[in-house]
Amino acid sequence: MSATAIKIDDPNVFHLEEEPHHEEGASTALGFWLYLMSDCLIFAMLFAVFGVLGGNYAAGPGPKELFDLELVAVNTAMLLFSSITYGFAMLAMVKNNKSQTLIWLAVTGLFGLAFLGIELYEFAHLIHEGATPQRSAFLSAFFTLVGTHGLHVTFGIIWLVTLMVQVSWKGLIPANKRRLMCLSMFWHFLDVIWIGVFTFVYLMGMLR
Amino acid sequence: MSADNHSSEAHDAHHDADHGAHDGHDHGSFKTYMIGFVLSVILTAIPFGLVMTGVLPTQATALIVMGLAVVQIVVHMIYFLHMNTKSEGGWTMLALIFTIIVVVIALSGSLWVMYHLNTNMMPTHEMSGMG
Repeated sequence: MSATAIKIDDPNVFHLEEEPHHEEGASTALGFWLYLMSDCLIFAMLFAVFGVLGGNYAAGPGPKELFDLELVAVNTAMLLFSSITYGFAMLAMVKNNKSQTLIWLAVTGLFGLAFLGIELYEFAHLIHEGATPQRSAFLSAFFTLVGTHGLHVTFGIIWLVTLMVQVSWKGLIPANKRRLMCLSMFWHFLDVIWIGVFTFVYLMGMLR
Repeated sequence: MSADNHSSEAHDAHHDADHGAHDGHDHGSFKTYMIGFVLSVILTAIPFGLVMTGVLPTQATALIVMGLAVVQIVVHMIYFLHMNTKSEGGWTMLALIFTIIVVVIALSGSLWVMYHLNTNMMPTHEMSGMG
């Protein structure tokens, strides 16, 4: 009697007793991470191009004549500030504080715009001096690498504004939280890429 | 009866833990963000200071600048991107390691091959210069 009872209680089950419960969007974080990794490969290739062509000035201006390190330092600070303010937005989101989340997102967006503004000023300055992408292989590689990063920041800001509108309309619903988390990864990822840019393009350029 | 009760409780607890694991993306805390920020500021200020003032020889500066960049990338990964070996059952870490391997092969391979190409092109260039 008891033996059969045990058999019923403890059958050898080789399948899951219930379907794994996946919430909607549970795998979004992993999928987005894989996208970021593939984006990382794009930047790696652009860094490789810059590494190979970065010394070919074609008798044109080199980094020492072109780059203004103080401007780059300010730019780096802008991106770093935007990273920490996005972190504060995420902390406010976890606390379900909608207005605070929106304020920190707005601050992040302003820092991002400041970064873009300074970068565009730098590009305009370079082109005005005749250091256009067509001038030398070094400048082609420079504009492609830094421009691609700037383009990413631009789309990040567009995404940020879109999310601010969505959060203000629908509040901090699970879908919006998921989207904010993805943008958070994207934004911090861009800051990581910028570390590579200011180190290998600007600082190492000045040392060449 | 009591055993049945127990197992159902255990099941509930398990389910809750499971639920928490799905929901619980690590968002960090004010403290971890500030640690990351302060470390980043220091790790950014040192290389900029070294290059702007030029106190050290060029090669030493280059090595320090590159070393600090690697450290800062790791700091960002841990404190801002909240990377750890457990998130998503370790799959994010696996993807990251794979990406790093591909990036290292691509970068070092390109630089190595193209450096040798440049070196081998040199004599022709010099000869045409002389001629």
